[in-house]
Amino acid sequence: MTALRTTTVGAADHPSTNWTTWLRGRISGLVPPGEALPDRQPAYVVSWIYVFGVLTLAALVVVLVSGAVLAAGGVAWWHVSGLGHFVNSMHLWSVELFFAFMVIHLWGKFWMAAWRGKRVLTWVIGVLAFVASIGTAFTGYLSQSNFDAQWISAEAKDGLNAVAIGAWFNVLNPGQMLLWHVLLLPVAVGIVTVWHIVLVRRHGVVPPLDSERGE
Amino acid sequence: MSDVATTTERRRPTLHRPVPPTPDAHDFATRPYDLVKEFVLALLAVSLLTTGLAAVFSSPDEPAITMSSWAKAAPADVVATAAAELAGTSASATYGPPYNSNAEGQKLLGIPTQKLGGVRIPVDSAALVLQPLGQVSRDLPLRAALARWGAASSAQQKAWATRYADALAKSGGKVAPAAGYGPVPLLADRFLNLARSGGLEGSLTSSGNFYGGDQTRSLLLLSDGAYLEDTARAQQLGGDQWGMMNETGNYPGQPWMWLYTFWYQVPPFATSENADAQVWGLMLLLTAGLMFLPLIPGLRSIPRWIPVHRLVWRRWYRSRPAASGPTPRA
Repeated sequence: MTALRTTTVGAADHPSTNWTTWLRGRISGLVPPGEALPDRQPAYVVSWIYVFGVLTLAALVVVLVSGAVLAAGGVAWWHVSGLGHFVNSMHLWSVELFFAFMVIHLWGKFWMAAWRGKRVLTWVIGVLAFVASIGTAFTGYLSQSNFDAQWISAEAKDGLNAVAIGAWFNVLNPGQMLLWHVLLLPVAVGIVTVWHIVLVRRHGVVPPLDSERGE
Repeated sequence: MSDVATTTERRRPTLHRPVPPTPDAHDFATRPYDLVKEFVLALLAVSLLTTGLAAVFSSPDEPAITMSSWAKAAPADVVATAAAELAGTSASATYGPPYNSNAEGQKLLGIPTQKLGGVRIPVDSAALVLQPLGQVSRDLPLRAALARWGAASSAQQKAWATRYADALAKSGGKVAPAAGYGPVPLLADRFLNLARSGGLEGSLTSSGNFYGGDQTRSLLLLSDGAYLEDTARAQQLGGDQWGMMNETGNYPGQPWMWLYTFWYQVPPFATSENADAQVWGLMLLLTAGLMFLPLIPGLRSIPRWIPVHRLVWRRWYRSRPAASGPTPRA
């Protein structure tokens, strides 16, 4: 493959106030060279529990793809089309798998005390991803335009109204909920997921408990 | 950022380097690992599993209750709901924020949390009945009833509707005409006819706007009746039946909401007038606890006290019985 020429070389010539240089430095420093996609892992990374983080990510991809197909068909498509109903079923079950994998991943990381070694933020962002995912799934149930959506919204409004959230986040408004479900919350989940993965790659996989010197 | 080590380059051990509480992951011996292959295989497995589950179990899709189906299945409930809306005694009429100021709403630790958002989605419950009826043409008795209702004082309106609603409740739905009810029986009857004919569909949704995407008023009306809840309870979806996390049919629903739903099943929340605010407050506290668990003494030590990690890293511990620290690779 022919090496591509670049126009970014020569950053040293730029004044320190160059915003682009600053941003490039920040981005390239997020993860050490080679650590974004390393082909080796510490010898202790040998357990099935490690698979569940990747499985969660894989399920998220299936959720997004099946959701995109549903969005392309429109709100009512899955009620009147066999194919649409099947895609809706895929969307439902991929969400169920997504949460199952994520909860196992979360429990695994808990028992590994995976927040050790400057990884507290990785844990916090992971929990944030869990919470954002619950919100995204919840708005999906409200966007079904069927009996479940009617009943769940009628029940959920009381909880949200009781703490004043309902004044802005109106679960009885399926138009608003649909937009939260297909745009705002998926973007939030996407951002925290990328953030979480960057932090994991930045710090590496947490070493075993009791591997600390002197313990 | 520059102090982050790598596993792709060998790190030279430094004398007198401060020993961190947890060793750097990059100080350990490594083994080959194919992340991309792992992800692709995981994606393939999840795709196949999802397809299989979708093909075998499908997904629930019980049609939404329409105003017409409500009127045909439970006409007495529609009439009673219309009377309650006019009397100002329905659930939505006495709800408080964000729909009206007719109640203070729920409190948490004495703080009126429901009031904090204000009345941002104003809903006039009587208008849920009167507005659709006002759009009916060529019905002179209805016109006269609406005119009589509009000309009466609010106290008179409330007295008519309350008397009629009480009579309906006592008789189970059949009430003989009486002067004390004013125009309410006719209004309720015409409202039932309108609902039964399908004329009520959309009239509360798209008022003033061709594109009616907001179902707040029609869902509040439906919730004010008993039919929606009766239908849900028959499918084990009531609030005290773990309904928030379930869905119709034998499907898993939202099991990740089990803890939120759990509190509604047990005292003091199950019988509290402020249950929603209390459960939300508790769940916010617990979520913050989970999020900042690494900073909470005691909780963060549980993994050390209950050594599940010995199972996770059993091969590594077996190969390093002394467990005295990482092996410098250089």
